[in-house]
Amino acid sequence: MNGLPAPALGYVELLPLIILFAMACVQVLVEAFAPRRVRFNLQLALGILTILAALAAAIANLVRLAPALSAYNQGTATQQGSSLNPGIKVAVGSIAVDGPGLMFTILLLVLGLFAVLVIGERKLGNGVSAFTAQAAATPGSPAEREAIAARNEHTEIFPLFTFALLGMVVFATSNDLLTLFVGLEIMSLPLYLMAGMARRRRLQSQEASLKYFLLGAMSSAIFLYGIALLYGYSGSLTLGGIADAIDANHGYQGGLHDGLLLAGMGLIAVGLLFKVSAVPFHSWTPDVYQGSPTAVTGFMAACTKVAGFAGMLRVFYVALGAQSWNWQPLLAVIAVLTMAVGAILAVTQTDVKRMLAYSAIAHAGFVLTAVTGAAQPENGMVRAGQLSSVSAIVFYLLAYGIGTLGAFAVVTMVRDDNGEVTDLAGWRGLARKSPIVASVFAIFLLSFAGIPLTGGFIGKWSVFVAAWQGGYAWLVVVAVLMSLIAAFFYLRVIVVMFFTEPDSDTRVVMPSWLTLTTVAVGCLATVILGILPGPVLNLVALAPSFIR
Amino acid sequence: MSPENYLILSAILFSIGIFGVMVRRNALVAFMSIELMLNASNLALVTFSNMHAGNSGFVLDGQIFAFFVMVVAAAEVVVGLAIIVSIFRTRRSASVDDASLLKF
Repeated sequence: MNGLPAPALGYVELLPLIILFAMACVQVLVEAFAPRRVRFNLQLALGILTILAALAAAIANLVRLAPALSAYNQGTATQQGSSLNPGIKVAVGSIAVDGPGLMFTILLLVLGLFAVLVIGERKLGNGVSAFTAQAAATPGSPAEREAIAARNEHTEIFPLFTFALLGMVVFATSNDLLTLFVGLEIMSLPLYLMAGMARRRRLQSQEASLKYFLLGAMSSAIFLYGIALLYGYSGSLTLGGIADAIDANHGYQGGLHDGLLLAGMGLIAVGLLFKVSAVPFHSWTPDVYQGSPTAVTGFMAACTKVAGFAGMLRVFYVALGAQSWNWQPLLAVIAVLTMAVGAILAVTQTDVKRMLAYSAIAHAGFVLTAVTGAAQPENGMVRAGQLSSVSAIVFYLLAYGIGTLGAFAVVTMVRDDNGEVTDLAGWRGLARKSPIVASVFAIFLLSFAGIPLTGGFIGKWSVFVAAWQGGYAWLVVVAVLMSLIAAFFYLRVIVVMFFTEPDSDTRVVMPSWLTLTTVAVGCLATVILGILPGPVLNLVALAPSFIR
Repeated sequence: MSPENYLILSAILFSIGIFGVMVRRNALVAFMSIELMLNASNLALVTFSNMHAGNSGFVLDGQIFAFFVMVVAAAEVVVGLAIIVSIFRTRRSASVDDASLLKF
């Protein structure tokens, strides 16, 4: 018997991924076979159930791993520098099921759940979804008018959404470069399409899609060349194998090929920084965020950023951790640029979605400070009772992601006869028309600005402490200054909403329970994370570092 | 022939690709340049795999990776051409300069 041995996969640990993948395929079949009448509600229900099932599986995995994690954490208090992190590698070493991997999975699924609720909203569009009646029809053509009159809807958005979420979870948990690349593409390709599917302002939407696609595809190609160079240096595609090669300091043929390592590191960084929209790879962000359907923008802003940072942390901390003196100064410069460009250009914006896009860029910069600090138990930088960089980033992304989803959901509710009003002039005096909606939006903005008693404050505090522990005190000082500039433009929007006279026919439309849930949960979570962050902080502290 | 030559060729192809994306105005040509970058990566992966295998070894990591990249590239073509065609039908132009509604 000399057949190939069957690889051990670890189905239980892979269950969240398997559920997402299988259900995404089922959703494609539903698209083909279900009658048009029931399709939308069926797809929405399937989308929600899929995420709930995957979430249950991921939480079960975390519960199973929790005793080992807390034992490890108590052990590090006495024995610094231990590298035996709890967790296992499944699917022949290509997927890492460890503490941070599960945290990021759960975070992505929770944010995805609220994103799909906003995508499923139909009441705001008078009974049709916010997505184009027929994407293939040219804007303004008779075919398009016919499709609109027939009240057609593209329910393909749901399978695309589930595939994108699958790609994000794969990207966040991958343990080798091949899986990382495949995850990146599974996440990106559906997003390129979703960006181009707006029902109104279709020219803008198509343009956003084109820009996102061309720049995204280029960044993936650069990322891929970086992978090839790192493979050339180390002879291994697994992150642990690359780390071993760096430790042994051998290149191929036993020589030193630091050039390959440095070039590969730089090119991979380009791909990862593009996904989290860090300056100078940010130029797509405002255009794509503004042009895409708002529900999709919320999903991109929250979930793509989580997945991007998860992948970035894993590559830099696991594979390139021993080279941190090479990439830390680089990331520090990028963090400063990102915070500065995001905060300063946001001041000049007159469009709400565009302003939130620049705000997303600035937030990427704040998270990058913690990435740069690299305060991790394995390098002994974490002081007792403080969060590691990874834990701090998980908390920050939770507070930021839930607030972002809520903020974009509020944007979908502020409308006039032509659909959503995104021009800031149309938001003048919004508090007179709907005090509750204006107050909720103000809470989100205050959280983004990092005002105390909101989740954003605790998040900023934790990432800054992580950067400080890592020895980047100057970066923290710069970041605090940039937070002040950023606070200015958030407050400007609040002033526009509360202290100006309304002078347009903008109104706040009452959405269905779907959008309301996202807004309400986002608002509650923002406040609770600010006032009682203890339980969540304890939870993220469970997973301080990756397995190697 | 020394395998380094393949790496140099791959670097040249990659540079041509990235240069093409930056300077060409037609979305289709820019897209073709991106495909060139992917293929340059394939060449590098396969060459490195061959070099790591040495004389006696049996390493196929790079070759397998190249197949994955081809599949991904095919999927990317599907998505990319769909987007470019829909833009072309709307504007009667595939130039990336004409798509300029969104700017500050």
